Amino acid sequence: MPIEVNGKSLEVDEEGYLANLNEWEPEVATIMAKEDGTELTENHWEVINFLREYYEEYQIAPAVRVLTKAIGKKLGKDKGNSKYLYELFPYGPAKQACKYAGLPKPTGCV
Amino acid sequence: MPMLHTVNKSPFERRTLDTALRHAVKGSAILLIEDGVYAAFDGTVVADKVKAALSDHKIYVLGPDVAARGMSEHHVIDGIDVVDYGGFVDLVTEYDKVQSWL
Amino acid sequence: MAEPWEDDELDGPVRKFMYVNRRAPYGTIYALESLEVVLIAAAFEQDVSLVFMDDGVYQIKKEQNTDAIGVKNFSPTYRALEGYDVEKLYVEKESLESRGLTTDDLIVPVQVVEKDQLAELMEEQEVILSF
Repeated sequence: MPIEVNGKSLEVDEEGYLANLNEWEPEVATIMAKEDGTELTENHWEVINFLREYYEEYQIAPAVRVLTKAIGKKLGKDKGNSKYLYELFPYGPAKQACKYAGLPKPTGCV
Repeated sequence: MPMLHTVNKSPFERRTLDTALRHAVKGSAILLIEDGVYAAFDGTVVADKVKAALSDHKIYVLGPDVAARGMSEHHVIDGIDVVDYGGFVDLVTEYDKVQSWL
Repeated sequence: MAEPWEDDELDGPVRKFMYVNRRAPYGTIYALESLEVVLIAAAFEQDVSLVFMDDGVYQIKKEQNTDAIGVKNFSPTYRALEGYDVEKLYVEKESLESRGLTTDDLIVPVQVVEKDQLAELMEEQEVILSF
């Protein structure tokens, strides 16, 4: 089922990941989160934006362990831990945050 | 009858280029594409063989495949012409036959 | 039951995996397939090392630009390996030299090894996967 964003219909795969990375806009994340019953906060956006930058640089979505470590390096130890990230993204930080960020599902992911 | 021979295999891994050169009559053209483009670069162990072939053949290499592999025109052996997809089409029409060595 | 965030330390056995890359990128699917399997093994915190030999050295050539061939350029992903704690990257000296390349041409820091050293490294592994 495609998702409707700002009057455009965007293709997603069977698990809800955006089919075309380039079609992403912030509204995509907001709408996907709303479907999961989540209101995105600044803390969510920090992770989403981080993931988009990571993808831009390395052309992959990071595994959760790698994401956690990298977030710790960038945003500090209080954010670079699994508990914090699971509280923000209860469906699995890499998996759920990657989806909101318009990235493919991470390889070997949680 | 001169024809266009295309080679798409790496000269380090397969003998495709050797086979093509062995069967190409004088005046035939060789177009290196895909992994075949690795034969077009200077400083490799196959460069001398390719340079020698230039005396009997026009040799071309497909630019988009060169760029994809992190190489540029300045890596290409002098005398080999870099062509784009339009140039590929022109070669196909210029020679009356194409032999695609796989 | 453990909370999900307590579950991500993996306790399974750690094995020494070596991935031997011998094919050029793009002409065949081997290079990309190998990279994906490496990332999976690394996500499971295995002891991973990579070898680039024969045409495999071309996988890590700098400045790849695939715009005109319509294929994804996956070479930036090799730079992500460090974040996955995959830091043992070996390049066979003979392969590099016969292609007129030096380590300056490569997008990641590597250890250049002679074929004899490489044979010894292979002997030390528990699993070797060749692509």
